[in-house]
Amino acid sequence: MSNTHGMTPTNSTIFGGSLRIQGKKKALTNHSRATWQPRHRWRAFNAKLFTISTFLATLSAVAALIYLLHSIAGQGLERVSWTFMTSFPSRFAAKAGIKAALWGSAYLTLLTAAIAVPIGVGAAVYLEEFAADSKLRRLVDINIANLAGVPSIVYGMLGLMLFVRLCNFGRSLIAGAATMSLLILPIIIVSAREALKTVPMGIRHAAFGLGATKWQTVRAHVLPAALPGILSGIILSLSRAVGETAPLLMIGALSYMAFVPESPLDAFTVLPIQIFNWSTRPQDEFHVAAAAGIIVLLALLLTVNALAILLRMRYQRKAQW
Amino acid sequence: MKIAHIEEAFVKKALLLCAALSVIVTVGIVIVLLEETIDFFRVVSLGEFFGSTTWAPMFEPRQFGIWPLVGGTFLITLGAGLIGIPGGLGIGMYLNEFAPASLRAVIKPLLEILAGIPTVVYGYFAVTVITPALQRVLPDTEVFNAASAAIVVGIMVLPMVASLCDDALRAVPRAVKEAGYALGATKCEVAIQVTLPAALSGIIASFILALSRAFGETMAVTLAAGSTPRLTLNPLQSVQTLTSYIVQVSTGDTPQGSIEYKSIFAVGMLVLVVTLLFNMLAYVLVKRFRSVYE
Repeated sequence: MSNTHGMTPTNSTIFGGSLRIQGKKKALTNHSRATWQPRHRWRAFNAKLFTISTFLATLSAVAALIYLLHSIAGQGLERVSWTFMTSFPSRFAAKAGIKAALWGSAYLTLLTAAIAVPIGVGAAVYLEEFAADSKLRRLVDINIANLAGVPSIVYGMLGLMLFVRLCNFGRSLIAGAATMSLLILPIIIVSAREALKTVPMGIRHAAFGLGATKWQTVRAHVLPAALPGILSGIILSLSRAVGETAPLLMIGALSYMAFVPESPLDAFTVLPIQIFNWSTRPQDEFHVAAAAGIIVLLALLLTVNALAILLRMRYQRKAQW
Repeated sequence: MKIAHIEEAFVKKALLLCAALSVIVTVGIVIVLLEETIDFFRVVSLGEFFGSTTWAPMFEPRQFGIWPLVGGTFLITLGAGLIGIPGGLGIGMYLNEFAPASLRAVIKPLLEILAGIPTVVYGYFAVTVITPALQRVLPDTEVFNAASAAIVVGIMVLPMVASLCDDALRAVPRAVKEAGYALGATKCEVAIQVTLPAALSGIIASFILALSRAFGETMAVTLAAGSTPRLTLNPLQSVQTLTSYIVQVSTGDTPQGSIEYKSIFAVGMLVLVVTLLFNMLAYVLVKRFRSVYE
């Protein structure tokens, strides 16, 4: 009976086999025809259709990525040059460059890292290594999960009220960095905790057994072991900060700036804001400049992300305890 | 010995402070928004905010009916969901059930790149590529339109849905699937009728997170959808979302302390409340999902 339905070999052996074991081949076949129809051809067709449609979904995502990169490269690649990177923005699209934005982004990222990394890693260490499994820890857990989902523009509003107004930093680099720190803090905490979790308990027990205190254990053994994982989380979170626009618009980063910020209290602009500004202009020449800015931004981000991936790979290889 | 203990106590306090900061940030966000929101509602009544259907904060007579902004936001969120949710689920299922390991190893990093592209870049892509393409197909399309924003936000949430679905499907124990195969089901039937239902809460959580992300998305929407507060279902028209209103006011020359300036905090509060509700729901679902198999 098996081949009349065009079964796949696997199925035919399964069903044919089970029927033969019963020993009442004919009777059972008639019975099962009435209640259960394998419809193999139809099922195989459906399976193929479904597989192909999920494949197409995947393909279209990849195609979207390639198309996006391709069209931006097509619009802006010619415009990318050393002059573009070392010129200040200008009213004339052809002369406009990203010097202020590039330096602004670099300073902002460094300052953000200086604020967010110690706090984020500290919080992760506390939650993983010191906190007893208590109500507080659960509260912080839920809180961090929620913070990670708060839209970035809301952080901008918090930064505006807290740092620009209350702390009186003004619309400065330090206000931007503090705002960005709040934004990436949940990301750093979550990834650092994951990294700490992968360090085997045995390492801690060995240190405790030798009489080390908790902090000594963490500082000398757990943190170094978790470092690659923590670093890759930090890099990814900073790359998120580099690409973020909305909160900095909120706190009032400038869109036209003809100088490089020299102190944390100076005004600033960053690459995404420069891109945003050029994108909102109607003239095509500014769109070309925006595309060129995007190319620089994406090149930066891809390099940084590749670094994180390399670290993670190294980490995975090393983490086989 | 004593120094070590003092250091220990000090470090523990310092680390606790770091952890507490995350709670302080949440409290800070709520206080800041609440304070300004209450200020706003001293002037504009709740009845007007939720009762009127005209949003005209800049011109006399001012009107603060939130529905056009909410409508614009939901139009784009739903559109993005229509693209990102089935697409993302499809990718997740393909990666988890059908893709050969070598292909998976290529596609996963590509999706990460897609996820890492800044939102302002998506906005630029919408304005310079998607909108002109839409205008070629549908000449009625306005320069700024909801459809273009929805498409681009849909692409943006695609990798997020895909990777969360992939994780959820992956967590389904192999034995559950093997049971399906043993009953004679095809690979595809197991994927749809066994694995998918088993991972359902995690998958739905990923849908909710995607909608929440689309709801709070700012830059792409600001660039692509324009700034016309309008209650419409026509995706080819320009709309304004809650978030793009906030950007419009904060980048404009609205004086601080004026009522339209305060209005952005009321709008921000609404964004926060809605996304928090979404996120809590997803969190609860994922927790439930975990307790099943671990």
